[in-house]
Amino acid sequence: MLESLEQIKSRLESAIPGVGAEIIANSAPSAQVSLLVDNRHALAVAKFLRDDRALRLDYASNVTAVDWLDSVTKETVKTKKLIDGVEREIEQTTEKTRAGFLEVVYHLYSMELKHGPVILRLRTVNRSDQTHVPSLTPVWRGAEFQEREAYDLYGIVFDGHPDLRRILMWDGYADFPMRKDYVEPDDYEYEPTPHDEVVEKAARHYGTEAKE
Amino acid sequence: MTTAYVEPAFGGNGEHPAAPSPEGAGEPNYSLTPKVTAQGVPEGDLLEVSMGPQHPSTHGVFRMDVALDGERVVKLKPVFGYLHRNHEKIGENTTYLGSMPYTDRLDYFCSLTNNWAYALAVEKLAGLQVPERAEYIRVITAELTRLQNHTCLGGFLLQDMGASGTPLMYAFRERETILDLFESLTGARMMCNYMRFGGCRCDLPPGWLEEARDAVERFPRFLDEFERLLNENEILMARTQGIGVLPRSLAINASVTGPMVRASGVNYDIRKVDKYGIYDRFDFRVPLGEHGDVYDRYMVRILEMRESVNILQQALRDIPAGPIVDPKVKLRGFRPKAGEAYGRLEAPKGELGFYLISDGSPNPYRYRVRPPSLINLTILEDMCLGHIVADVVVILGSVDIVMGEVDR
Repeated sequence: MLESLEQIKSRLESAIPGVGAEIIANSAPSAQVSLLVDNRHALAVAKFLRDDRALRLDYASNVTAVDWLDSVTKETVKTKKLIDGVEREIEQTTEKTRAGFLEVVYHLYSMELKHGPVILRLRTVNRSDQTHVPSLTPVWRGAEFQEREAYDLYGIVFDGHPDLRRILMWDGYADFPMRKDYVEPDDYEYEPTPHDEVVEKAARHYGTEAKE
Repeated sequence: MTTAYVEPAFGGNGEHPAAPSPEGAGEPNYSLTPKVTAQGVPEGDLLEVSMGPQHPSTHGVFRMDVALDGERVVKLKPVFGYLHRNHEKIGENTTYLGSMPYTDRLDYFCSLTNNWAYALAVEKLAGLQVPERAEYIRVITAELTRLQNHTCLGGFLLQDMGASGTPLMYAFRERETILDLFESLTGARMMCNYMRFGGCRCDLPPGWLEEARDAVERFPRFLDEFERLLNENEILMARTQGIGVLPRSLAINASVTGPMVRASGVNYDIRKVDKYGIYDRFDFRVPLGEHGDVYDRYMVRILEMRESVNILQQALRDIPAGPIVDPKVKLRGFRPKAGEAYGRLEAPKGELGFYLISDGSPNPYRYRVRPPSLINLTILEDMCLGHIVADVVVILGSVDIVMGEVDR
């Protein structure tokens, strides 16, 4: 049986001093909780997970990325206060803004001990200029193409990857199509029987002056 | 690969040595000592070949940039993306149910296992139960899919070796009976779109079980014939034994799955490991290879078909009556609660997984397909190095790829 993620986390903290690990909850019935690790220690954590006798997570099954945009969460807190000698309930709304980031998710299994998954997450600082995470391909070769795919479609740069090139899109392509704010290129073509969508596209394509 | 270098008959500039040089004086314009790079590779003598994308042996629009020293492969880089249509982005822009018919187009040989893998992930995400009869139907259709995938692979592999026609046509004849079963059950031969969250789309038509029993009963006879024709065939043995050896440790480290990893001797079958669905009720064995070469990959698939027949006989015997879908599951307006799930199963080509993140809306926030064909290609170069270019075709054939799934 695989030990719980809390146990893995505490063993990790004693084995690698200074590691920043955090358990990310999952409210779905699958209850697949995951472990967020800081980028500086990610490679050491990966080696620990692979080589530890009780874990032996020798098989990186699924490697993928997720794009999280900037988000605002509102929290309302009801407090009771004395106003002019009368007790009244006051609602206070606080807005929390979370800057967007890109996230890499590794689903790890063990072929030797036949257990899993342990889910590992790495996060970039932001979505624009600091999109680096360490590559785990030196630990699991199976991540090679999948990290290339995350680079290709999300623009995450994997430091230490042996062959980081675009894999599905062509070389010289500028955008990252899987990002949530990706805008499709203007590929309008003339159609003899235009319908609403095409008419809209045409208006965008020709600009406002050419509309009439 | 640095084999003994043979002195060139022609000079580096490609001119015939007997031809007089433009400078005259009758001096031969070639040197007898070949130029060698720091790595010991003869300079200017590597032939770069772009195999594909339109090549009959690449099983679709797939390209390999191969560097050859004579006929030996020195470097091989696969090039993808010719069939890329960003399946995952389309999945994020449509509803959960809307992606179901689109999963058929991933590995278009095995649409029913694709359907099941996606349904499995959604059921994990939303915590749905599947009625017993539906579980049996899923097992039956998935094992039939495995049978027809592996027969086709046998045929294609032999076709790649130059055994033109006969094995492939024998395989396709058998596949036809299974596709007929799919057609009468789902209405489509290949794009089945049959599974639903919490069950299946429709019940078995009358008489289907008897037809399926007949087909399964007949199948071992075809396998006997196929094996008698091929197993000890001299050409097959010469072309496959000791070719494209994949060592056990590399296979695990490179996330190779399915018959590929089992041919390298790793006992890892998700039907046994996860026991998803009702696979714990069936008695079957997991065939393993010893050498990890192309021949073992072929043999593992043949033996797997025998085990699939075994599972099918048990499932067709035990299938109960009852509902085929959980009536409480909403198909339209289906909104799972926020969270994430990774569901996987043993598809004929390896581990097929779906990773879904829900934010509570009707569309998945993230929809990811873990394609076994693409990831099994990670070690294509390692398997091909040092072999001749004709073997590359055979090694690629033994990986069993479908470009609909590789490029998505």
